[in-house]
Amino acid sequence: MEFIRNFPFFSIILAMFCGIVSSVLKGQWAKRLCLAMVTAELFLSAAVLMYTLHTGESFTYMMGHFPAPWGNEIRAGVLEALTATGFSAIMLLSLLGGISHVFTDVEGTKTNLFFILVDLLMSSLLALIYTNDLFTAYVFVEINTIAACGLIMIKQDGHGIVAAIRYMVMSLLGSGMFLISLTLLYDITGHLLMEPAGEATAMIQAAGAYDVPLLVVIGLMSVGLAIKSGLYPFHSWIPETYGYATPASSAILSSLVSKGYIFLLIKVFYRVIGYGTVISSGVLNILFVFGLFGMLMGSIRAIRETDTRRMVAYSSVAQIGYIYMGIGLGTQAGMVAAIFHIFTHAATKSMLFISAVGLYEVSGGKTDYISLRGSGYRNRTAGIAFAAGALSMVGFPMLSGFISKLLFATAAVQSPHKMVFTILGLAVSTILNAIYFLRLVISIYSPSEREYGPDQSHQASKMLKVSSFLFIVVNLVLGLFSKPIVDSINAGLGMFL
Amino acid sequence: MSRLRNDYENSRFHRFEKWVDGEAAPTELKLETKEPVWRRPPEELSGPKLNEEKINAAVYDERHNKELKYFRVVNRLASVVLCLMLIGVLLWTVVYLPEFGNPDNPINNEVSARYIEKGVEETGATNFVTGMILDYRAFDTFGESCVLFIAATCVQVLMRLDNSDDREKMKKKQAEENDRIYEPKNDLILQKVSCVLVPLLFIFGIYIILNGHLSPGGGFSGGAIIGSGLILYLNAFGFKKTERFFTEKTFRRITLAALTFYCLAKSYSFFTGANHLESGIPLGTPGAILSSGLILPLNICVGLVVACTMYAFYTLFRKGGM
Repeated sequence: MEFIRNFPFFSIILAMFCGIVSSVLKGQWAKRLCLAMVTAELFLSAAVLMYTLHTGESFTYMMGHFPAPWGNEIRAGVLEALTATGFSAIMLLSLLGGISHVFTDVEGTKTNLFFILVDLLMSSLLALIYTNDLFTAYVFVEINTIAACGLIMIKQDGHGIVAAIRYMVMSLLGSGMFLISLTLLYDITGHLLMEPAGEATAMIQAAGAYDVPLLVVIGLMSVGLAIKSGLYPFHSWIPETYGYATPASSAILSSLVSKGYIFLLIKVFYRVIGYGTVISSGVLNILFVFGLFGMLMGSIRAIRETDTRRMVAYSSVAQIGYIYMGIGLGTQAGMVAAIFHIFTHAATKSMLFISAVGLYEVSGGKTDYISLRGSGYRNRTAGIAFAAGALSMVGFPMLSGFISKLLFATAAVQSPHKMVFTILGLAVSTILNAIYFLRLVISIYSPSEREYGPDQSHQASKMLKVSSFLFIVVNLVLGLFSKPIVDSINAGLGMFL
Repeated sequence: MSRLRNDYENSRFHRFEKWVDGEAAPTELKLETKEPVWRRPPEELSGPKLNEEKINAAVYDERHNKELKYFRVVNRLASVVLCLMLIGVLLWTVVYLPEFGNPDNPINNEVSARYIEKGVEETGATNFVTGMILDYRAFDTFGESCVLFIAATCVQVLMRLDNSDDREKMKKKQAEENDRIYEPKNDLILQKVSCVLVPLLFIFGIYIILNGHLSPGGGFSGGAIIGSGLILYLNAFGFKKTERFFTEKTFRRITLAALTFYCLAKSYSFFTGANHLESGIPLGTPGAILSSGLILPLNICVGLVVACTMYAFYTLFRKGGM
């Protein structure tokens, strides 16, 4: 066995180990360890990506001395490696951009706790991506949920605590549904590893036994993970959570945590339940409708917001709607578009949250439209990054948002029953996106007569500039060189089957 | 006849006219400037102005907050209906599930067969459950220990009161200290009973942990017993006495050592297993106390983490520190 096959395992265990060690470190050292860890994850995942692209097939990795149906297992293919690489890159950039605020928002003696949470969150995201075992997935969903709660409330003001409680209630509801569906699935298949469970599901499907439990499993699993990722009717925790946490937490939560659950859902659909069964169950149609509603309602709520951070948060509701709409199309092309949009949204939304912070810094810490007037001139890098992010969300060519909208539209043509709704939804939602994002962009570039005191921006704002710049580069790469990425998503989905 | 309006400045046409004249941008309509009545700016809420009644009155002011009214009626009704529907769906599912205890059920397959038939031989543990959670599926259990660790971290974020320059926070800490000014209460009955019980609890907990691979029990249950012994001791004799042997430093050192050992030992075992190497860890004779390879030390680690976490939860909620 090549040594490189150990890398997925190394990356999970490295993140956990760093989290454990950080409990005795001082804040600054925990920060350094965390940044080094995420950089290492980036290289490890990139190496796995190169390896899987080179060999053209996925591999499983036995966690211990016992083979598949008895012991734990992880699995890496092109799609897993690609997602892990993208997530580590975005995690690194979000941390870099928000790190100076971590040290002002978090109580001095508790900064190392923030980095413990980030380390363990990273490990759980990687485990959700690489896992080949349903129960391992559940354990890491738990870690993910608790870590996310901690990241929300670590600012320790009233808003943060309320947001964390909301998040906890909704998220635990989702975890509970996921757990019930796993229990039911185990009861009718007798397996927890994904491959044998998939075979058993195919067998009971062919025999026609247990149709009702299987339908309930699919439903509960979709709804549970949809609640956790913030699909439209279950979105009520999103604005508070993303709007009031410390910027690095907002960026990480909106771009990575919710996407980890969606990735898990896709993996379970393909590898356990079987994509054909999922389509014939009709659950995808419900996800499609909710996704469409999310696209419209999220944008409408975003238009009505006066606070820009809450506006960006509401825009997440719309974008999650796009992803579920793509999944709901029920075709390979729709799934590819949805996965591409996972990357687009992850890269763009974290860029918006981070660069918006640069604008608040030069506007006396205010976050409403009026105070932000002219801030694009006061902090040029952040202004450009925010404008680029907004244009990408609207779907401006050359940026990543354009490619995902194009992919959605192309995918819609292939599913005749849903074509009209998808295209109409895309069109209306694009216009709504343009209304609130471009309004803000115009606002930050309208000259303002207000005087702002001497620049009290953070000393480490250089990091913010660097990360804003890198975010723009990531967006351009996704927008201009989308072909190899879409090809590898296709290849990765092929390996799922 | 059209109605005369006396607020022409607010009319839509006036705004449009101003926009055409270039006096105002459409982005500066009332929409953005109006502050909702119920969302006060955060600076008013902090400091001495914090007045619970005032905030509650503002937050629950249904007249100005249509959303709240909507929420109170529609969402409550919807949540009840949804819960009932979910209960109905789950009950409906149960009817179609395999009958309990039937030998032909899907769960009675090769997986459980191997756990039962070969478990002792392959893991060295006569207790199948321990063999399963600490050897066959040790990765999940490591995840579970990390769940405890991260839960303790989150409680620390929320409850720990540290020395800081902030006067408000120091006041809070002072108040917490004053809360226990009459402690320990030196209740004679409690102290005498715990003199007898605490050693027994410790010994029983240690027994359960050390015998985890031989008889029912293991790190999780034994750790919980030791943790409750610590809490009983604390209640009887007060913080001064427990702080002689258990402070935050002890907590951190023990959790660090236990989790690091678990992490490194299991990483070694996973690595050798996946690469088909001999791990070189002897399994010993099943049934002996020193047997079953890594399971015994791992049980000790899990037990330490659980005991410390239980005790930490209690003290953090009690006084915001250890």
